[in-house]
Amino acid sequence: MSVSQVIPSPRTTGDARDRILRYTLVERINHWIAGLSYIYCLITGLAFWSPYMFWMAIIVGGGPAARFWHPWFGLVFTASVLWMYRIWRSDMVTTDADRAWWKAAKYYIRNEDENLPPIGRFNYGQKMFFWLMFYGATLLALSGFALWFFESIPWSLRWLRYLAVAVHVAAGFATIGGFIIHVYMGTAMVRGGFTSIVRGEVSSAWAKTHHRLWYEQVTKKTSGQK
Amino acid sequence: MSQATLQIRRISGHAGPVPGAGVERAQTVCKLVDTTTCIGCKACEVACLEWNGYTFSETVFDNSYQTMPETAWNYWNLIKFNEHEREDGTLMLLMRKDQCMHCAEPGCLAACPADGAIVQYANGIVDFQQDHCIGCGYCVTGCPFNIPKFNPSTKKMFKCTLCADRVAQGLEPACIKACPTGCLHFGTKDDMTDLAETRAQQLREHYGFEKAGVYDPTGVGGTGVIYVLHDAANPEAYGGLPKNPHIPWVVRLWKGPAKWIGNLAMLGGIIGVALHYLRFGPKRVESAKDQKGGQP
Ligand code: HEM
Ligand code: SF4
Ligand code: SF4
Repeated sequence: MSVSQVIPSPRTTGDARDRILRYTLVERINHWIAGLSYIYCLITGLAFWSPYMFWMAIIVGGGPAARFWHPWFGLVFTASVLWMYRIWRSDMVTTDADRAWWKAAKYYIRNEDENLPPIGRFNYGQKMFFWLMFYGATLLALSGFALWFFESIPWSLRWLRYLAVAVHVAAGFATIGGFIIHVYMGTAMVRGGFTSIVRGEVSSAWAKTHHRLWYEQVTKKTSGQK
Repeated sequence: MSQATLQIRRISGHAGPVPGAGVERAQTVCKLVDTTTCIGCKACEVACLEWNGYTFSETVFDNSYQTMPETAWNYWNLIKFNEHEREDGTLMLLMRKDQCMHCAEPGCLAACPADGAIVQYANGIVDFQQDHCIGCGYCVTGCPFNIPKFNPSTKKMFKCTLCADRVAQGLEPACIKACPTGCLHFGTKDDMTDLAETRAQQLREHYGFEKAGVYDPTGVGGTGVIYVLHDAANPEAYGGLPKNPHIPWVVRLWKGPAKWIGNLAMLGGIIGVALHYLRFGPKRVESAKDQKGGQP
């Protein structure tokens, strides 16, 4: 948070002093490395999943190219998820506030946010998505290696190949489920969320509504620093 | 790999029906290997290399007559050797010509994701088309016989073609031509099955091999290479011929029900969020001050 907490942005007008830094530049860059490498893996993975989606491999350069790059982009994805783990792990621990929020989650779904208890930097849904991606990436990487270097697995250990296919597909689909919801919420549902992961900042009204405990924490800290 | 003018029955990784399938009736072809008259001379190995343009590979000594542990991307046909001790303590030298079995229901083809990388011709031959192969190795996972082999420098998969190119021109496979003892035969599946059964009966009735029989495993729908064995109850003794080969159940699940479940789940997810948007719409944070242009 060395960059000023308050960044005026031409795209989001309004009162410049009203902006709060939610994601640092490094966090944003990492998020988009994870996001783009995941989308590449998704496109090429789905191409191999079903003949009806094989054209997706063609648009990214053809089957052999997709087969070559998928594991490398998978590694990039896994590395950026591990980095998120390093910096966000403590933010992602379930708290009592989360448990209270989760009990009232139906109001969140119905957009009746005024009935929700306050929560910290991330809500329980975001935390679950984080852990899903963390464990998903771990399993995808482990099973992915067996798929990558299939020819090094001897015939007597062929069960490893069977296991790897099953784990890779199951973990892939678990993350796809989370990914659909994540993209929907980040773009269409929670307005302001997408800007926050692009430009890094949210309005104080947004922070107050969605993450009140975090809002109180950062505004306290900022005034303390000043 | 051949550019033979053969009708196609099945195509790997193909969306929709197979063009031209069932237009022309073709005889199912079959190779018969009589292990009881094989002397392990490896003439068939050399003929295979010659016809397909490969050179002999380095041998690996393992204290027996076995020359190499298994087939390779540039070595499609290998005699598997086994010193088999029978119950009465006598020794048998078992030789089995190992190569692609040309399964009627090929696990390699079922697993392959690349359109047209593996085809099954109407005559039953299963053939890899390297120009469509993406080198993913799924065929290795699908095959119950450890046959497809990877060329790491070209990243393409290779295996016995049953000389589809020769067969298309009305010739026998190269290995058949080379065999000096006549233990290899080639013809229609019906003829080869008859011949094999006759030989097995002969072995049972005149040579004292009571358990002699024909190896044509039903788990993969029957094969385009069938064996006569002295002891059909113990195919494993013949260089690890699986007793009851079938496409691995993980592969069947993966290419069958899992496909439907996965696709429906993805579709369900997308429809679900779309319905949520239609019903509840976006969450906006609107303080009076912020109403205009406060949001993207
Ligand atoms: C370190 C991470 C990863 C490695 C090493 C890896 C490796 C592989 C390999 C070698 C394959 C076989 C075919 C191919 O190369 O495309 C594969 C298939 C696949 N991968 Fe990954 N992958 C990784 C991450 C991911 C991620 C993040 C996804 C996201 C959804 C994913 C989804 C898939 C899917 C859906 C398939 C196809 C399964 C099928 O054919 O049915 N992978 N992966
Ligand atoms: S033996 Fe293996 S490679 Fe040959 S057709 Fe059967 S499954 Fe395919
Ligand atoms: S490696 Fe095997 S499964 Fe993969 S595309 Fe090539 S032939 Fe098909």
